[in-house]
Amino acid sequence: MDIQLKRGLLDICVLAAIKDEDSYGYQIIKDMKPYVEISESTLYPILRRLEAAEYLTVRSVEHSGRLRKYYHITRTGLERIAAFKEEWKEIMAIYSFVTREDEEND
Amino acid sequence: MTKKEFLAAIEQRLCGLSPSDIEKSLEYYKEMVDDYIENGKTEEEAVAAMGSVDEIVSQILMEMPLPKIVKAKAKSTRGLRAWEIVLLVLGSPIWASLLLAAVIVVFAVYIVIWSAVVVLYAVDFSLAAVSLAGIFISAICAFSGGGVQVLFYVGLALFCAGAAILCFFAFNKITVGIVKASAAVLRGIKHIFIRKAETK
Repeated sequence: MDIQLKRGLLDICVLAAIKDEDSYGYQIIKDMKPYVEISESTLYPILRRLEAAEYLTVRSVEHSGRLRKYYHITRTGLERIAAFKEEWKEIMAIYSFVTREDEEND
Repeated sequence: MTKKEFLAAIEQRLCGLSPSDIEKSLEYYKEMVDDYIENGKTEEEAVAAMGSVDEIVSQILMEMPLPKIVKAKAKSTRGLRAWEIVLLVLGSPIWASLLLAAVIVVFAVYIVIWSAVVVLYAVDFSLAAVSLAGIFISAICAFSGGGVQVLFYVGLALFCAGAAILCFFAFNKITVGIVKASAAVLRGIKHIFIRKAETK
């Protein structure tokens, strides 16, 4: 897949992973696994980027004697997901047009 | 590799970045390794699951702004030997001017890109201005009683107004494209820096 496209999609996936409740790194990767593979080293810059863009906030929570960072989605983050859904409608329309052409040729 | 060795390796490779950037990266990987261990992996397996230190470091650097990377690279190289300093000073008329030239070229490229954007909007603005002028002149002609001329200038004004509106949308798209392309070029430059550092 196109690198730029995948980059943008992974950002949205991470936001979607923390949409309903706050989550932490290990859990985010585990939740995404059935849908899209993401490595630990890929997730880290995405989290930093989303934090810088104020799509999410970070808080440290004590967990069995050590700290764990929980990521919380902001209003802007939720708006980003909503905008993505809108954009994707257009892309799906294009997709159905492209595949329709395929069927005609077959 | 133990967790301690793994974190030390990352820290060493990131030296030159700001302490808070390094701290955050280490906290993240420490937490991740601990979470893997908590879920039944051995320390060794957990570290292995993180992937290679090279990959980790290049992912972190790719997200940093270019000046930070250059600074980090400059800091993390070993100290200079005496003869290297002598060579640097003696060679300064050559490398300093080359460096200056390189910086100016990059700067010029940016100016060219942004001039293109300015030109596009200038064209659009002049089309709008022409259409306003056309309306104005046709009004004058209407008063002085030139029937064909009025028609000509009204037509001209309408044509330019239409062109201005259409061009505005087209130019917006082109500008977005230019901005995206220049961002991609910047990422390319970053990539060169990071790759170079790894092969050293």
